[in-house]
Amino acid sequence: MKTKLTALAVTTALVAPAAIAEEMTIVSWGGAYSKSQLKAYHEPYSEKTGVTILNDDSSAEAVAKLRAMDEAGNVTWDVVDVVAADAMRLCDEGLAMEIDADTQLAAAPDGTSASEDFGDLLVSECFIPQIVYSTTFGYRTDLVGDTAPTEICSVFDLDAYPGKRSLEKRPINNMEWALLCDGVAKDDVYDVLATPEGQDQALAKLDTIKDSVIWWSAGADTPQLLADGEVIMGSTYNGRLFSVIEEQKQPVAMLWDAQVFDLDGWIIPAGLSDERKARALDYIMFATDTQRLADQAKYISYGPARKSSAPLVGQHAELGIDMAPHMPTDPENAKNTFLYNYEFWADYRDDIDAKFQAWLAK
Amino acid sequence: MTDTSTQSGPMLAADGTPLKKSLARALRLQKMRALALIAPLLIFVLVSFVIPIGSMLFRSVENGSVAETLPLTVAELQNWDATSGELPDEALYAAFTTDMVAAIEAKKHTRLGSRLNYEHTGMSSLFRKSGRQIKKLDPAADAPFKDKIIDIDKKWGDVETWQVIKTHSVKYTNGYFLNAIDMQRTVEGAKAQPEDKQILIKLFQRTLFMSMVITVSCILLGYPVAWLLANLPARTANVLMILVLLPFWTSLLVRTSAWKVMLQQQGVINEVLVWLGIVADDARLVMINNQLGTIIAMTHILLPFMILPMYSVMQTIKPTYLRAAKSMGATNWTAFWRVYFPLSVPGIGAGSILVFILSIGYYITPEIVGGTKGVFISNRIAYHISSSLNWGLAAALGTILLAVVLVLYWAYDKIVGIDNVKLG
Repeated sequence: MKTKLTALAVTTALVAPAAIAEEMTIVSWGGAYSKSQLKAYHEPYSEKTGVTILNDDSSAEAVAKLRAMDEAGNVTWDVVDVVAADAMRLCDEGLAMEIDADTQLAAAPDGTSASEDFGDLLVSECFIPQIVYSTTFGYRTDLVGDTAPTEICSVFDLDAYPGKRSLEKRPINNMEWALLCDGVAKDDVYDVLATPEGQDQALAKLDTIKDSVIWWSAGADTPQLLADGEVIMGSTYNGRLFSVIEEQKQPVAMLWDAQVFDLDGWIIPAGLSDERKARALDYIMFATDTQRLADQAKYISYGPARKSSAPLVGQHAELGIDMAPHMPTDPENAKNTFLYNYEFWADYRDDIDAKFQAWLAK
Repeated sequence: MTDTSTQSGPMLAADGTPLKKSLARALRLQKMRALALIAPLLIFVLVSFVIPIGSMLFRSVENGSVAETLPLTVAELQNWDATSGELPDEALYAAFTTDMVAAIEAKKHTRLGSRLNYEHTGMSSLFRKSGRQIKKLDPAADAPFKDKIIDIDKKWGDVETWQVIKTHSVKYTNGYFLNAIDMQRTVEGAKAQPEDKQILIKLFQRTLFMSMVITVSCILLGYPVAWLLANLPARTANVLMILVLLPFWTSLLVRTSAWKVMLQQQGVINEVLVWLGIVADDARLVMINNQLGTIIAMTHILLPFMILPMYSVMQTIKPTYLRAAKSMGATNWTAFWRVYFPLSVPGIGAGSILVFILSIGYYITPEIVGGTKGVFISNRIAYHISSSLNWGLAAALGTILLAVVLVLYWAYDKIVGIDNVKLG
């Protein structure tokens, strides 16, 4: 789907006749997420500069497509929205441009440098963080009995919570949760998971609920399964659950315990012409400043990646509810959290994924 | 007799050239014209079909990245006995440093790390992290390197690390094909993967088996429909035909999602069965996210591909044959089985080939309704193309799938005969 903001560009061109008709292609995930970016970033940017922004909803296949474009020698994308793990992969493959946070990103309003404002979230040289989201569980309030689950191990407790649950069809996150509920201390999880015995232990724990699991591969699956009552609890991205709970008013609640933080943000493809590169950097400078990141949270319940944006998060643009308590980073929700271990999974993904798939097929 | 004596020389055309030559020229012209006519199609097929498939086949053996990124190291590794159990000597570490400094400059070292990580866990971060340190070394001035490199990461002091690099340094490798059949390339030659990582052969078998089941169920469901279509009066047949074609025109995703709504435990079928009291509320049938789900949804989706060829073959079977058989005393069953059925076999053959070959490469439907037991090998290929970026392995899997299809086609030709396939 390609939405043109031509009308907008035309009006701005009339206001500012000096602006040249320019275009850039921005790739993102589509749906409510792209809409939040359209409102918070694209529209104000087009208004300011007169650049026409073309949207392409290909983020799910961005890594493969960028590689194919690179091999064909014709990269047509200017800015691409990817999760941090993909950004790292693109950086490793030499497909994304390295960014110097302090010179190429805006400083916070109080003068704090961008590298300090983003802090640890700059997980790769090529990655420009945008939001913090989390993978966490939602449950059907009417199907879990009298005591609602409050902690992650309820997922593995078939006696207290009989019924189906949905988990993502990949080892990432599931293996960590399994170990955590099998008595491994949080700090040791990745050390244990690095050993073949630890991997077996995690799979053995998952084995105990295997027959009661529906495996999902698209983020929309769990919300649908919860709404249909096919599962009593399931993991998905917190923004998806927000929309099931607050927008669709389904009897679903969040179990924030042991939510896994992950990052989503921008990369600029390597090998753009100087002109396009300059335009992409200009967009990035604008779209990741403190106010813009806070603006996005008006449309979707993902936390802004800058520390300086957090106090500016206000109310939902349409529902009029306070967004802060729905952020995964809210202190009340973030009592027990994980941060996606990028280094670990970059190394172990191929190996553990093969084991996980073989286990699934058993 | 007089005719032959007067025309003893070569026959001449009106303009005096030998007839043979003139004829050949006319034919050549005709051929050129024919070629020019099919040229657009030919070029299209070449560009969009032969070249991509060729390059895919090539990717499954191509393995230039190690030798390109670390040329001096690969040359030095030839002198090192990988099975000796001893670390390589200083010369290799020096060559490695030179190579790495150049590779880091060109930002190619992390790409190599990802490539080798498919074979050996940890290579990705080893190259990424060491890159930051090795960058500071000067290949000309900082010798000796062996201890410095091992200091940077002790994995460079593991024999295994070097074994992996050496094993995968060949320009053309059988490694991807070995991986595709649950084996791996090691210093000691090809070895089986550890048992807990073996999955691909199983998936190949499952894909073939389930495609077979889907084809058979399409035959069973499609045959009576095609028979009805061919034997009803034209008006009724046309209405029925639209019913067959309607799902054909509906988006694949919509149909698959519709099956989800029908088959899930809180879905339409289960609700009705519970309401009728046939099934207990706490014992709802599991009809989706397993093999059954894939078979039902794919049979439905592929059914028109079976019905249409069957129908057009059955239309050509004259009803008089059946009447003749019956007039000679055959029962209904005998007339059908001995006369009608053999005549309709070419339609079954054509439909079966279509359905089987389509289903063997199906991806989206198994992904949505297949759960864990109902997914095909193509789902793994998609994973390696778009997620793990292991295109070499994906290409090897695709090549094997292509070969399997060709072998089956050949076997079909031997057993049934490809002349015995009709689309109408």
